[in-house]
Amino acid sequence: MRIRIEKRPIPSRLVSVLTLLLSLLLALIVGGILLKAVKADPIKTYRAMALGAFGSRYSLSETLVKAIPLMLCGLAVSVAFRMLFWNIGAEGQLAMGGIAAAGVALFLPPRAPHLPSWLLLLLIAIVGFMAGALWGLIPALLKAYIRVNEIITTLMLNYIAILLVEYLFYGPWKDPKGYGFPGTAEFPPVAWLPRLPGTRVHLGLLFALLAAIFIWAVLSRTKWGYEIRVIGENPRAATYAGISLVRNILLIMWLSGGLAGLAGMAEVTGIAHRLTKGLTVGYGFTAIIVAWLAKLNPWTVLIVSFLLAGLLVGGDQIQITMGLPASVALILQGAILFFMLGAEVFKQYHITIEWRRRSSIHEETGV
Amino acid sequence: MATNTPAVRMTGITKRFPGVLANDHIDFETQPGEIHALLGENGAGKSTLMNILFGIYRADEGEIFVHGRKVRLNSPRDAIKQGIGMVHQHFMLVEVQTVAENVSLGLAESRFFLNLGQTKGRITELAQRYGLQVDPDTRIWQLSVGEQQRVEILKMLYRGADILIMDEPTAVLTPQETKELFNTLRRMAAEGHTIIFITHKLDEVMAISDRITVLRGGRVVSTVCTSETNKEDLARMMVGRPILFQVERIPVEKGDIVLQVENLQAQNDQRLPALKGVCFTVQQGEILGIAGVAGNGQRELAEVITGLRQAIGGCIRINNMDVTNCAPCRIIEKGVSHVPEDRLGMGLVPNLSVSDNIIMKEYRQPKLSYGPFLNRLSIWRFVDRLIKLFDIATPSQETPVKLLSGGNLQRTILAREISALPNLLVAMHPTRGLDVGATESVHKMLLEQRSKGAAILLISEDLDEILALSDHIAVLYEGEIMGILPAEKAGVEKLGLMMAGALREMPPATSPEQCAEPVEGKVS
Repeated sequence: MRIRIEKRPIPSRLVSVLTLLLSLLLALIVGGILLKAVKADPIKTYRAMALGAFGSRYSLSETLVKAIPLMLCGLAVSVAFRMLFWNIGAEGQLAMGGIAAAGVALFLPPRAPHLPSWLLLLLIAIVGFMAGALWGLIPALLKAYIRVNEIITTLMLNYIAILLVEYLFYGPWKDPKGYGFPGTAEFPPVAWLPRLPGTRVHLGLLFALLAAIFIWAVLSRTKWGYEIRVIGENPRAATYAGISLVRNILLIMWLSGGLAGLAGMAEVTGIAHRLTKGLTVGYGFTAIIVAWLAKLNPWTVLIVSFLLAGLLVGGDQIQITMGLPASVALILQGAILFFMLGAEVFKQYHITIEWRRRSSIHEETGV
Repeated sequence: MATNTPAVRMTGITKRFPGVLANDHIDFETQPGEIHALLGENGAGKSTLMNILFGIYRADEGEIFVHGRKVRLNSPRDAIKQGIGMVHQHFMLVEVQTVAENVSLGLAESRFFLNLGQTKGRITELAQRYGLQVDPDTRIWQLSVGEQQRVEILKMLYRGADILIMDEPTAVLTPQETKELFNTLRRMAAEGHTIIFITHKLDEVMAISDRITVLRGGRVVSTVCTSETNKEDLARMMVGRPILFQVERIPVEKGDIVLQVENLQAQNDQRLPALKGVCFTVQQGEILGIAGVAGNGQRELAEVITGLRQAIGGCIRINNMDVTNCAPCRIIEKGVSHVPEDRLGMGLVPNLSVSDNIIMKEYRQPKLSYGPFLNRLSIWRFVDRLIKLFDIATPSQETPVKLLSGGNLQRTILAREISALPNLLVAMHPTRGLDVGATESVHKMLLEQRSKGAAILLISEDLDEILALSDHIAVLYEGEIMGILPAEKAGVEKLGLMMAGALREMPPATSPEQCAEPVEGKVS
């Protein structure tokens, strides 16, 4: 048997769609085997997950709630990835955005009681964005000026930021009337992001949509977007054409960190209304999966975020309805990603298998 | 052995790549002991055909016979078993290992422990027999390009290859090295080896081959005996129309000094000295050719002038302004265009469209943008005009440039660089790998810029090109200029000696001062 692998000059569209469906199916099969192993009925479980995520108005709105930080972080990560800046620090940038937002929300209203809510929220949003952006600028500066590998720095800065969040709500910012529960005091209602009536879906959704439009417009319509594309495809050509890598690294990380920071801001002011444990639950890491599955396209990021959020919410639901561990959802997430990324090979290469005997040279007498 | 059995016979070879018919029912045969040239423009299908013979590609249709026996070649390993060897244009050697280690690499007989003593003995024996002098204990990185090529040939001989495919072997050699290579090939042929020589250089074909097969557009145009043909006929077969060999070079009034390089020093990527005090000037309407064997500082010179590499000493002036170590975009603003050596690696972004590649330097200009936005309509018009003006064959503006042929890639780069109306054009290997037709058009474009008063720094390893185009020729050897000669007084022999470092007409740079004031009177 011989396997020949040839590169496809242009990835095939049909194969792209087929592999997407096939990899989803394979992921569900692998998940099903695991479910069987824990003595659960896979079909029933998947049904429960789907209903739990998309089956009702309530579950749909909960899925949207989880999708918001994924969208913002997914956009954040994908713009940086576009320029081959491997920002895997969205979690930390989100945490810093949350901290800064919480700081303003906790301490500004008592000192400025007449500040209108919209102005306060605008201020909090800007501060949240800037905090994430500044956190993102640290690895950007290190990379741009002394070529420190950004994968390491962004990753490490995550843990500093996450621990800083914990330090604050366990320590100095802890709610004195909180009966020892970890978390800050609840923000005054002027610092709450408006919600869609009857749901927990908050204004962060609008932020995400605006961010997607902004990124799409930048990438496809502006000189800056053009520079990002050139750098992302061939940094040497960019340097040759006089495009400054330093300036673009700083700019892109300012935007990327800022968007992740905005996600943190939206989480604390839109959902928890306090700084607490629920802020750093891995959105920034899942965002990497989102960005990758979405092929860094801003519109696809929105869709993929929604679907992955459904997987998370559905996973929570089967915990309640089927008594299964929520980690089933994480396993499924991993399996889907594994198969989809694995399927890339089939999109880019043409693989033929020849069933032939082992002799590699087939000789015949000449004519 | 029956003398009439061809060493290689390929019949009806067809190979399709998506959208391209690279080989269209090609019949090819070569006799034992023959030097057979495979001549054709880029994209004619010569490399595809030979890659099929070496087992890298597999033909969609057709049969291959080696010494009369039908064979199936699924990999280079199969080809080597049949006694077929190939020396690629880019060498496949491990730089840090010795010659002997490289030769024994991947051999069936060497399992885990190498018997290098025995290998060395055979290498020396083969080297003597064919005039391939090289020390088996030297490490590859210490060897010159010509010597590395010898190692590649030895590797194939060591594997018992009696049919040797050489893919454009002279592209990297000095004239003297080429001569030596030809001697070796003749000796090998005399001993019964068959040599297939891929090239598009007509002079070489006439000098070395016994017979010639000309390919065009994936088909065989003709197979002729070298003694019965001439350059003009071959060129017409290759291109399909008559070719002017000597582009017309009209005298041009020289103007002010545009580029002034003084005592320039720079390092290569390994941080070793690559330029050791280089001095020259280029005037308006002048082409200064920089000759030299690859790796003697040419790349570093081009990069330092265009701001892509730091100078560690000396200075560069453009129009009498010091631009040493300025950012690339500052230098572009000074009207410096650059046709880089590595087209797809630096000059273009392979995955982006023709349009995106053409505007790579011009997109900042107000005429192609409004505020922070790109003006898509004026970009479309601009690109459309250049595609027509420079005759870039592309299905559309949106086609990724990686799908274009070599000649069109270079036209895309030249369209961008020349449309910027340069004061100084730094062109490195502007026609390397291009076919005769494309080369002719690139040469015309360069001369046209010269007539328009641009200063041109032409860096090339192709001496014929340098001699045909330059007003002055400087030879670069180990980071130093060996001499600057007027083109009329520079013969191939003399340049060859200078390229090899054997002749020096310019005193070594000693003046350590950083940047002297411009010489009065030379600059008006």
